[in-house]
Amino acid sequence: MTMHPEVTAVGSSNSTGPRAAGDTANMPTEPKIDKAPESGRVGRLNAETIFRWLATAAGATIVAAIALIALFLLIRAVPSVRADEVNFFTSTEFATNDANHLRFGIRDLFMVTVLSSVFALIVAVPIGVGIALFLTHYAPSRLGRPFTMLIDLLAAVPSIVFGLWGFLVLAPQIAPVQQFLNDKLGWFFLFSDGNVSIGGGGTIFTAGVVLAVMILPIITSVAREVFALTPRAHIEAAQALGATKWEVVRMTVLPYGRSGVIAGSMLGLGRALGETIAVLVVLRTASQAGEWSLFDGGYTFASKIASAASEFSSPLPTGAYIAAGFVLFALTFVVNALARLASGGKVNG
Amino acid sequence: MTSTTTLDKPVKAPTFRHVSTGRRIKNNIATGLVTLCFVIALIPLVWVLGLVVTKGITAILSADWWMNSQKGILPDQTGGGVYHAIYGTIVQSAVASIIAVPLGIMAAVYLVEYGRGRLAKVTTFMVDILAGVPSIVAALFIFALWIATFGMPQSSFAVSLALVLLMLPVVVRSTEEMLKLVPDELREASYALGVPKWKTILRIVIPTAAPGMISGILLALARVMGETAPVLVLVGYSKSINQNIFDGNMASLPLLIYQELANPEAAGRERVWGAALTLILMIAALYLAAAGVNKLLTRNR
Amino acid sequence: MNFKRTSALVGVVAVGAMTLAACGSDENTNGAGTDANTSVACGGKKALKASGASSQKNAMERFVAAYEANCDGYTLNYTSSGSGAGVNEFLGSQTDFGGSDSPLSSKKEEPAKAQERCGAPAWNLPTVFGPIAITYNIDGVTDLVLDGPTAAKVFNGSVATWDAPEIKALNPNAKLPSEKIAVIFRSDESGTTDNFQLYLDAASDGAWGKGGGKTFNGGVGEGAKGNEGTSAAIKNTKNSITYNEWSFAKAQSLSIAQIITSASKDPVKLSAESAGKSIDGVKIKGEGNDLVLDTSSFYKPTAAGSYPIMMATYEIVCSKYADADTSKAVKAFLTSVVTNGQAGLADAGYVPLPDAFKTKLTTAINAIS
Repeated sequence: MTMHPEVTAVGSSNSTGPRAAGDTANMPTEPKIDKAPESGRVGRLNAETIFRWLATAAGATIVAAIALIALFLLIRAVPSVRADEVNFFTSTEFATNDANHLRFGIRDLFMVTVLSSVFALIVAVPIGVGIALFLTHYAPSRLGRPFTMLIDLLAAVPSIVFGLWGFLVLAPQIAPVQQFLNDKLGWFFLFSDGNVSIGGGGTIFTAGVVLAVMILPIITSVAREVFALTPRAHIEAAQALGATKWEVVRMTVLPYGRSGVIAGSMLGLGRALGETIAVLVVLRTASQAGEWSLFDGGYTFASKIASAASEFSSPLPTGAYIAAGFVLFALTFVVNALARLASGGKVNG
Repeated sequence: MTSTTTLDKPVKAPTFRHVSTGRRIKNNIATGLVTLCFVIALIPLVWVLGLVVTKGITAILSADWWMNSQKGILPDQTGGGVYHAIYGTIVQSAVASIIAVPLGIMAAVYLVEYGRGRLAKVTTFMVDILAGVPSIVAALFIFALWIATFGMPQSSFAVSLALVLLMLPVVVRSTEEMLKLVPDELREASYALGVPKWKTILRIVIPTAAPGMISGILLALARVMGETAPVLVLVGYSKSINQNIFDGNMASLPLLIYQELANPEAAGRERVWGAALTLILMIAALYLAAAGVNKLLTRNR
Repeated sequence: MNFKRTSALVGVVAVGAMTLAACGSDENTNGAGTDANTSVACGGKKALKASGASSQKNAMERFVAAYEANCDGYTLNYTSSGSGAGVNEFLGSQTDFGGSDSPLSSKKEEPAKAQERCGAPAWNLPTVFGPIAITYNIDGVTDLVLDGPTAAKVFNGSVATWDAPEIKALNPNAKLPSEKIAVIFRSDESGTTDNFQLYLDAASDGAWGKGGGKTFNGGVGEGAKGNEGTSAAIKNTKNSITYNEWSFAKAQSLSIAQIITSASKDPVKLSAESAGKSIDGVKIKGEGNDLVLDTSSFYKPTAAGSYPIMMATYEIVCSKYADADTSKAVKAFLTSVVTNGQAGLADAGYVPLPDAFKTKLTTAINAIS
């Protein structure tokens, strides 16, 4: 771009009207027009004000929706929690048949939910980061787009299909892997015997793998966005110093993208926590409570609510499930708040 | 000049040095691992798609599948089709988009163009929270609000309301990103010409951001089409075509899959896989449309 | 904005929408044409709404096909969302009648609520009888025999291995392995679980001890979701035992145990005959047209050769509907159920209604107004 001194002066040299002074504000603000009949600053009811109100109202609607959801969950849940005969947080029972003697606690639900989601995250994040690196820096540039679409196709599969696949096909195939881990590493609490059979395949391990496959596209797409935004200058500087490709990635791309990867992982974690149908179909339930083993079964918060959704009759038993739903809502709240903090608002889903 | 030792060696270190073995091995391992990750991701993709395609292809190849409903078909008969479910899925998602898209675009406009204070910060946080709300909680909320409190009957409109809650965050986020990408110079030029802010947004900013916004909207649609939890709680199943969204049962593909799972006959199994394949095909078509629209509208840039 | 391009886009969307709306057809020519019963008085509401137990879903589909064949242009939409939902939605006036595996429970004050909803008492009309099969998967054993007490002990964990003396006593000739019994139950709330546990409670002479209920109380084993989950689990797990609806057991070719009842020492094999004998002997404990069944007549039969584990699914209807259209349509539907709707039920794993029972039902149906 060549610099022509006569053009860079704002306005043509002949005009000396008010516009020549130029608008040098940093942010695009309303122009100071001297004869504008529809200036928006006067506060009259005109198009500008209406539009502004509409936009603000849209934003406020979203806040109101969340507030309403939290309110509704609390209103239904609190009476049941107060009528609960056992400790809500530490009991592993969940018997709501008798409305006068509610006994429900979320400890087992919490354990299954957290174990399955964290396991899914541990499996999915390294693979997701690897795929994102591959798509942005290792794959031939022409194939970048088609490969990306291929991975995004994984997000197109509905969750009930993943549930069926996990239950019918995956579970029998990875049962030997689970058996091996149980045999060799059974002394470690995560791999100890669970309350469901490993041969049946309905363990948290299987559910975790299915969840990992489901959250992989989310983590990959966020990581890919961030890795693609690594400043070329940094990459080229590293290359100029004679770094191998891996060293370039390690020195420039990964540190730059770290907050984005964390944000993407938190989004994936949020999705895994709330996944309903796939978990309902894959996980088997057990008669005893679990002991923090990957080979346990049971319900997660979401699948427990879904399994009983058709039986919501009297308010108090329903409230027990809604209380579980509220804990889940609070969990996702915390996870998202952490994601926000970690990414500093830089990267959004 | 007599031969001095200073001139038979280069003065500085050679430019292209050999990479040490250690570093080379690390580099190769890294390349291998990264490619392996990609291949690992392809395994479940191929597996799942392969399973659905092999089991569902026979069902979807008949013309009846796409045109007819299940009316009058007994559980053990192969016949009829899933038109009623396709109709239900499309209609529920379309109504949800009619509500969610304007709302989401306006909210994104607020966040990018107008929001400067407390409300904006809270709104953007809440959008993230809404993204994490599980579909069953959203469905129960709409049940408590629309059906229990307002007393409306179960209908596919209630399902659309729940789908709005699920679509909103995706629409808001992608629109926000696209609006942020519009260069400020465009806005400034518009203001310099005396165009009011609202007109600038409507006529300049949004059309510029339109391609990315449209793909974002199509992706949000693709996500909600496969949701099972709202249809379980908020609407009943029907085997015939129902065109009324405000009353009566309506089928949809996820609900059909869920209902047919309880059918022990082989014909039921076939329908389950056929419906799953149909749903995946529809969502994949939406993805392709998103990519196509993007390409089409950015062609002349 | 490029007008040509926008209008082209709008045109495409409009055409798409019209095709979508116009394209589908409800006309399906099904192979086994259902013969129409022309004596049914059709009329009233065009599309009835019902929901409830998933155990009767397949029977419902046949009933609906018969109704549609009898009354052209009329239909019923049935959603299998569970017995609880069936009752709740009926009580909440969201459906015209509900399907439930157990009658309205006075413990939950349901009859009172139904009285409010209808303005008249509600009737429980049993229309579908489905046997529950105890299915198992043991290598080399194909004709396992159990009785009430032994089954109860297996399902509550008191008997833990296949070669336990109680089982050996009933199966002297079978080669029972000394493996642990893998019990599988339904993880979702289910009327089938409820009825099965009630059977164990009634027929085990106290050995069960865990009562009834829609969730399995046995305290052992693993739960899988739905009949499809338990039947798949049975096939994949060695030395396992579970309970399934007969329709599932038949369609998936699972091994079904023979049951010894209180009536005689001979084990009863599950068949249309033995199930039919069971219904023949059923006693009604409801009053007038409210046909609530006394299930102990199933569980502890007096006639030899009747299969004890039977589940009756009730249609819960208003005896008087506020809306004449609804009552006409409900009557027409129920009449189709008892006449030509009974065809083909045996193949689907249900038991057709015996004639004596049909008369009682017809009286009740005709009394709906």
